[in-house]
Amino acid sequence: MLLDSLFNGVAIGSVLLVAALGLAIVFGLMGVINLAHGELMMLGAYTTYVTQLIFKLPILKPYYNAYVIVSIFFAFIVSGVVGILLEKTVIRKLYGSPLETLLATWGVSLILQQFVRSVPLAYGTGLIISLIIGLFLPTVFSSKVKESINFKYVKFSSWIFAALAGVLSGNLISSSVSKLSRASARNVDVTAPAWMRGQVEILGTAFPKTRLMIIIITLISVIAITLFLNQSAWGMRIRAVTQNREMSDCLGISTEKVDVLTFGIGSGLAGVAGVAVSLLGSVGPNVGGNYIVGCFMVVVLGGVGNLLGTIFASFGIGIMTDLIGAGRLLSIWPDMPLPLSNTINFFATTSMARVMIFALIVIFLQFKPTGLFPQKGRMVES
Amino acid sequence: MEFKNLKLSKKTTFVIWVIIIAFIIAAPSILPVFRLNLLGRYLSLAIVALGVDLIWGFTGLLSLGQGIFFALGGYCAAMYLQITSSSEFPNNIPEFFGLYGVDNLPFFWEPFRSPIFSLFAIWVIPALVAGMLGFLVFRNRIKGVYFSILTQAALLVFFNFFNGQQKLINGTNGLKTDVTQFFGQMVGSESMQRNFFWVTALLVIAAWFFSKWVVKGRFGNILIGIRDDEPRVRFTGYNPVLFKTIIFSIAGGLAGISGALYTVQSGIVSPQFMTVPFSIEMVIWVAVGGRGTLLGAILGAVFINYAKSLVSEALPASWMFIQGGLFILVVTALPEGVLGWVQGEGPRNLLQRFGLKRKIETYPSLEIKNEIEEIKK
Repeated sequence: MLLDSLFNGVAIGSVLLVAALGLAIVFGLMGVINLAHGELMMLGAYTTYVTQLIFKLPILKPYYNAYVIVSIFFAFIVSGVVGILLEKTVIRKLYGSPLETLLATWGVSLILQQFVRSVPLAYGTGLIISLIIGLFLPTVFSSKVKESINFKYVKFSSWIFAALAGVLSGNLISSSVSKLSRASARNVDVTAPAWMRGQVEILGTAFPKTRLMIIIITLISVIAITLFLNQSAWGMRIRAVTQNREMSDCLGISTEKVDVLTFGIGSGLAGVAGVAVSLLGSVGPNVGGNYIVGCFMVVVLGGVGNLLGTIFASFGIGIMTDLIGAGRLLSIWPDMPLPLSNTINFFATTSMARVMIFALIVIFLQFKPTGLFPQKGRMVES
Repeated sequence: MEFKNLKLSKKTTFVIWVIIIAFIIAAPSILPVFRLNLLGRYLSLAIVALGVDLIWGFTGLLSLGQGIFFALGGYCAAMYLQITSSSEFPNNIPEFFGLYGVDNLPFFWEPFRSPIFSLFAIWVIPALVAGMLGFLVFRNRIKGVYFSILTQAALLVFFNFFNGQQKLINGTNGLKTDVTQFFGQMVGSESMQRNFFWVTALLVIAAWFFSKWVVKGRFGNILIGIRDDEPRVRFTGYNPVLFKTIIFSIAGGLAGISGALYTVQSGIVSPQFMTVPFSIEMVIWVAVGGRGTLLGAILGAVFINYAKSLVSEALPASWMFIQGGLFILVVTALPEGVLGWVQGEGPRNLLQRFGLKRKIETYPSLEIKNEIEEIKK
């Protein structure tokens, strides 16, 4: 019973963790809260759906079972590229004014939601393919080409190529997969492949395989991001800019590149979270909104600039949600006094559990206003 | 962050007010009832926008949860109307209670039998809730983005709570007001709606004078000080927590009044008033109108909502795109809003661009703008 509850909590917490990880890294680095983060998750979830349908085509049918794993990479790339575009066009202009960024990203989230509703997914995919090619094709040329005067033209022609590729692939997908050729605001469903259905029995308790898969995805993402931040050169640069932007700039770190990279990675993680979300339930334009406030709570509770805080906070919130929302305290301790059990029953729905958890977080913040693991500093502002 | 303190000149303010008042007086005779009702609703939204302008434009607190106080005001008004016109229902309580097997009025609704109490509750309860929430948050020096997302979370929490409580407040269905009685007349009737329009128009003007009075003088100066440099205000010996709490609860009270007026004119209050998008929209009205100019909040609320209803009637799908674009445009290109742009250097820059006005390169502008020096080099 306890194990069951713990497992559910960990599963809820792991979706939160992947999503909040991206949010927390970006927030730590740039002080920017991205209200479009939920919509980037939504894009990831839709990517899973599109990948699934493409893998149902006759050519790819034999590999159908692997589509979930492929879609994790796709989702990372799709959301990451949209994030990079967002950073390059909007957020870069708003550094130093976090509240304005908040509003602008909300605008972006509205546009993304409506985009999914009113543009056929096939052409949406085409657009994203052309974005990916357009952004990355110029970077593959050697530095010799880049320094020449004609690089402008190379960039320009690669965007033309990208546009062509996008239109072609969009048409190709829409003609071969009829489900993707029409725009629809309805929710879609991702069905897990056969090997992910059913349950696994460990220690006499049955665990659904999809949830185990989500926990594994989370584990891999967390390990990968920790290794990247702590072992790689770019990770070191990101940490340096997080600690002191001006000083890093003086020492020759390109903060601009670091910003783009971090935002891309943060958004990509949202995409990975989107894959997990799509495995849990149906996918619609509003799917991100259900998770985004949970992510914010994780960031507030965990404090900034510390992965450990994010991990603790998201599992804490996940386990608490399950404990309160499913009224499990009652089954663990059946003969508790009546007023207490009435209170617990009152809060024993998912929505009321949120109410309770918010109250708990506000109480917690009365004692530790900067979260679980605050950054130490002597600034007045912090 | 650079943000000039915008002061509209007396002349502009006067001209705009003359136009507004003339329009309000003319509206009932030129607009059809449906449009008049819409205008009345949007005017009531102008009051909540004034509150947002007070906390965001003047004090720098971006609250994404004004919908809480808006809806609380609406619920207070709707419950009073429901209770007073429930005499023909069993147990003398509103009809919906019967559906969930509730026989007695829940105790916290009991005072709402009195009209005077309800009249106060409409703005006092939201103000108290705002003050309490604000105090708990401000006390810990939580500010900036943290404050914004906490208010958003609070909004979602209230939404969930109201959505789930069928037995206390009719849950998702909300409380209807248009078939209730008020002064012996149906609230939804045409003559009643006309009266509500007048009341709303008067209250908008009153709320504007009140806000003007609040930001005038030393109190207003401290608010602006908090916006621009809070630690310095603290080091000078003032307690920012107190001022922030006061202004936040004033904004909450204004939101409550606005919610009550909106409810009686739209005929229903429901948890939909507490959805996340609606509360963020309130901020964009102020941003488009011009933050820190109280008049901008009123104009922004009325015009954007009118545009919204017109666009949604013609092209339903496109409003989201337009609104999203508006959010991005207004923060990147027009950070001072339309009124700020008109009052500042906007028109001059526009005329310069078309070569209709000479560039000024006098001493004061040199001092203000570093770009001009760079151009000279």
